Amino acid sequence: MNINLTLFGQSITFLIFVWFCMKFVWPPIMAALKEREKKIADGLAAAERGEHEQELAEKAAAEKLHEAKEQASEIIVQAQKRASEIVDEAKTDARAEGERLVTAAQSEIEQEVNRAKETLRQQVAGIAIAGASKVLEREIDESSHGDILDKLVAEI
Amino acid sequence: MSSEALTSAQYIKHHLTNWTYGRFDDGNWGFAKDAEEIKEMGFMSINVDTTFWSIFLGVFFLYFFHKAAKKAEAGVPGKLQNFVEWIVEFIDSSVKGSFSAKNALVAPLSLTIFVWVFLMNFMDLVPVDWLPLLAGWVGETFFGADPHHVFFKVVPTTDPNATFGMAFSVFFLVLFYSIKIKGIGGFAGELTLQPFQSKNKLVMLLFIPINFLLEFVSLIAKPISLALRLYGNMYAGEMIFILIAMMFSASIGMGIFGGFLQLGWAIFHILIVTLQAFIFMTLTIVYLEMAHHEH
Repeated sequence: MNINLTLFGQSITFLIFVWFCMKFVWPPIMAALKEREKKIADGLAAAERGEHEQELAEKAAAEKLHEAKEQASEIIVQAQKRASEIVDEAKTDARAEGERLVTAAQSEIEQEVNRAKETLRQQVAGIAIAGASKVLEREIDESSHGDILDKLVAEI
Repeated sequence: MSSEALTSAQYIKHHLTNWTYGRFDDGNWGFAKDAEEIKEMGFMSINVDTTFWSIFLGVFFLYFFHKAAKKAEAGVPGKLQNFVEWIVEFIDSSVKGSFSAKNALVAPLSLTIFVWVFLMNFMDLVPVDWLPLLAGWVGETFFGADPHHVFFKVVPTTDPNATFGMAFSVFFLVLFYSIKIKGIGGFAGELTLQPFQSKNKLVMLLFIPINFLLEFVSLIAKPISLALRLYGNMYAGEMIFILIAMMFSASIGMGIFGGFLQLGWAIFHILIVTLQAFIFMTLTIVYLEMAHHEH
């Protein structure tokens, strides 16, 4: 154990190392650590904020969804109403058209019947004249006995 | 065992002698060849091995920490940065735990002490013969020196010069801050006006020298205990490594036994190495804390 100049050398070396450490090592590392600490804290706060925002957004989305559903059901109800209206209208139209057609057909039938009756009547008149002329064995002048014939036709 | 030509006593002595450069009695400077020449040099000499290893390890420490500090940023840290930050945070929490005043010096000081002392202590775990043998070989081959005269002590903290050098620097800081914070009067008062106090002026006057004696001793004890604790622990550890190393030359059985002993002691020594570095740092913080506060 001999103390010599190394003592001073070591003291000076030590103080230089401490000075260097204090100047160039400690501050940047501490600054980085502080900054990271802040970053992490900021990140956590941001995450919390994000979570809150997400919650709000979820709530808003649920509200929107609910609204949309309500609207949709309303639209469906309206559409159904409209559809039944259209169906009713169509039914009414169809019924009217059918009635119209039926009426037209009936009048046509009536006309046909009348026409047939007329024809029949004329034919019967012809037959009657022929029959009568046969009975009388003489020719009946159609033009001179027209009024009798007409009376006959009207009676038939 | 470095050489068959050495007796055990010589072997131990060889291991415990520093590589010394100094002034001979005739006024010339040179390397000492043996203990007598070292004695002849006295105070005007330098332990080259201690100085080299301490500066080497200090530069090693600062190089890597500075490298990490330059690249330090708040993003995801790399491996080196992570390691450095781990140590820095550990030191920072230690300092915050026992130092309450504001002083930008204390934390870097503690970091330097802890890592530097740890690295110097750690040299103890390098097998005791490796580096001295290498030094002896280099000395013999390149400088033509007798390997028995090439001394190489690789653990700077087993040299009291290193530990006292640090302890006195710390003591200097303690005195500096005591006077800076409390003023010369306050500091002198702290040394003389306690622990014994009296309302009677005359009695108080009598107490002052007694108080001064007590306080001065406790003040002086700080650096001395700081230095001797580290030196004693490391010196003893080194000594045991040397004694274990001597077993290797005894017989094969003793050698194998010695191998286990060395392994066990080295593992245990890892604890001592770290613990002593931590104690030196913590006491430094505590002394500086005391310098910053009246008590």
